[in-house]
Amino acid sequence: MYKYDSYDQAMVDARVEEFRDQARRRLEGKLTEDQFKPLRLMNGLYLQLHAYMLRVAIPYGTLNSEQMTALANIADKYDRGYGHFTTRQNLQYNWIKLEDAADILADLAKVEMHAIQTSGNCIRNISSDHFAGAAHDELVDPRPYAELLRQWSSFHPEFTYLPRKFKICVIAAKKDRAAMRLHDIGIQIVEQDGEIGAAFYVGGGMGRTPMIAPMIRDFVPLDQLITYSEACLRVYNRYGRRDNKYKARIKILVHELGREEYTRQVEEEFAHMLGQGVEPPREELERLKPFFADPVFEDGTKTVDRADPDFALWVDRNTHRHKHDSYVSAVISLKPVAGIPGDATGDQMRVMAKLAKQYSFDELRIMHTQNVVLPHVKIADLHALWTQLDAADLGAPNMDTIEDMIACPGLDYCALANARSIPLAQRISEKFDTSGKTEKLGELKLKISGCINACGHHHAGHIGILGVDKKGKENYQLSLGGSEAEDVSLAKITGPGFDEDGVIEAVEKVTDVYLDKREGEERFLDTYRRIGMAPFKEALYD
Amino acid sequence: MTDRNDLGTSPDEVQFRFRDDEVVDHGTVTVDACCDQTNATAVRIEPGDDARLLLPFLDRLALVEVNFPSFGDGRGYSAARILREAGYTGELRAVGDVLIDQLSHMRRCGFDAFAPDAPLDEADAERAFATWDNVYQSTVDGRRTIQELRHE
Repeated sequence: MYKYDSYDQAMVDARVEEFRDQARRRLEGKLTEDQFKPLRLMNGLYLQLHAYMLRVAIPYGTLNSEQMTALANIADKYDRGYGHFTTRQNLQYNWIKLEDAADILADLAKVEMHAIQTSGNCIRNISSDHFAGAAHDELVDPRPYAELLRQWSSFHPEFTYLPRKFKICVIAAKKDRAAMRLHDIGIQIVEQDGEIGAAFYVGGGMGRTPMIAPMIRDFVPLDQLITYSEACLRVYNRYGRRDNKYKARIKILVHELGREEYTRQVEEEFAHMLGQGVEPPREELERLKPFFADPVFEDGTKTVDRADPDFALWVDRNTHRHKHDSYVSAVISLKPVAGIPGDATGDQMRVMAKLAKQYSFDELRIMHTQNVVLPHVKIADLHALWTQLDAADLGAPNMDTIEDMIACPGLDYCALANARSIPLAQRISEKFDTSGKTEKLGELKLKISGCINACGHHHAGHIGILGVDKKGKENYQLSLGGSEAEDVSLAKITGPGFDEDGVIEAVEKVTDVYLDKREGEERFLDTYRRIGMAPFKEALYD
Repeated sequence: MTDRNDLGTSPDEVQFRFRDDEVVDHGTVTVDACCDQTNATAVRIEPGDDARLLLPFLDRLALVEVNFPSFGDGRGYSAARILREAGYTGELRAVGDVLIDQLSHMRRCGFDAFAPDAPLDEADAERAFATWDNVYQSTVDGRRTIQELRHE
């Protein structure tokens, strides 16, 4: 994985000092809270319902054991002994004291980490495929491009006060495991006539107005990647709406201008910028690639002993095909039955760090589904790995099942939320586990948001739940048919909402319709797409 | 005759200036007026203005003010860079809600004069201008980027 050189380290150190200085000026009264707020946000520091939250960037979701251990230590020292992995492949601490923030940033900087641009109206942490560099089906490893974009987007002088936040995702497989087209810019590394380049999708997003990003260019040569990104951003910075926070994302600009007109403006800006020398030297990309080179894989056992059914189930559910046939990528579920989705204790983080060192070339990944991946595990080591994971309550065999739900922090933590997400997630997971239905349902992506900002990706859920406030009471709307994958689609609302018990019952009912109507190997999503909303509505409301 | 597009002589106090030439205090006009008047030499860009409308007149402009009514509105950064990219060499002055923590970015986008609404602490500003020993992006300030330095 990428290793800072002295330049990168100096940049992060400079930022820590800058933040210390900002905090000092705030305390001295030289900065008003209104002036300080965007500055602390750009260093990942939010004020939530009960305390400050600090969001730490995990660039393209890749980290090593030392970094995971540092995250564990911060959880123990400054928080309440746990951290929360997010849908942006980041980690947040929910119980931080403002006066500790600069020290935490300094601790992070020691292990090449930071909280830079994890919030605020700037380019956020670059996200990517959690199986990057390991998956059997990728064209190339997308991470060198993600790293190139990370450097370009860090402290970008022109794009630090954008109309709104800006999220970029880079993938390099046809299969989309990173919700690429639900980003402000989704970049897919593609091959055309033997050349590698980038397809650009711009203007996707969730929130209160979900949109799927249209493609604006099918092939940008790799030595123009940054220039093209810069052109996309400049058009947005100049013309994105600033009169209404809720219409300020680039998706609204692309929608209002239309794909063709937005594209025309980007192409015009791009033609101009090609003459401005904004692209980093080509050698830089070549410098980055070796950091992500394959470790030395060894041939070994290609099958597992399935004698233990619990282990066999975990292998079937939680491992992903690797490019080397003696290895797999192993998913560590942070969705234990009735647990809080995405939470891990300091001790669990240390266990994951140790196991990564022992079994996965010192590397871990964070998934947007709030789980952790050990990307390169020898098939021969799987049983030993599973045994240790299971002992640490990290062995839930539920990847992509209804229990593997995404849930935002909701009203338990978040100042924006209208309803709680976590208790709902816990109750659904417990219910389906107890009834044994999880296994029957197979792949079923349930996503829960506690407000219309959609941090829990409910628009992209096979089943989505949205918490709203209805005359002072928590109410939940159910939607069906969303997908964040290569078959991307937005979920449609079923009808009137439910109370907490009611929505749990409603989830049960729609899964019953699926079990009744499914044909062959159909997933819930496939059945919904084939039979449409009517049978589900009938079961819910008649 | 004074029309509503004539903003009069700039009342701004220039607090920081990175130029050796004389401070310009010509009458400043709006972008619209600048495009209509052949003799305007100083213009003020508001956030919604298209800086590219000025490109045909760059030769006669000695001062471009870019107004930041609110520091959170970042359109002025693009306006500044666009002018510099087009070869404008006159004074580029950030005016309005210009604060300490925006100075380093503004400088990188080509601003060489700063007239904040409220005067800034000199020591804090000096520190802010020097925030970055090195930079990741190639902009109009001519600094060698980290990526270029790595491959020298």
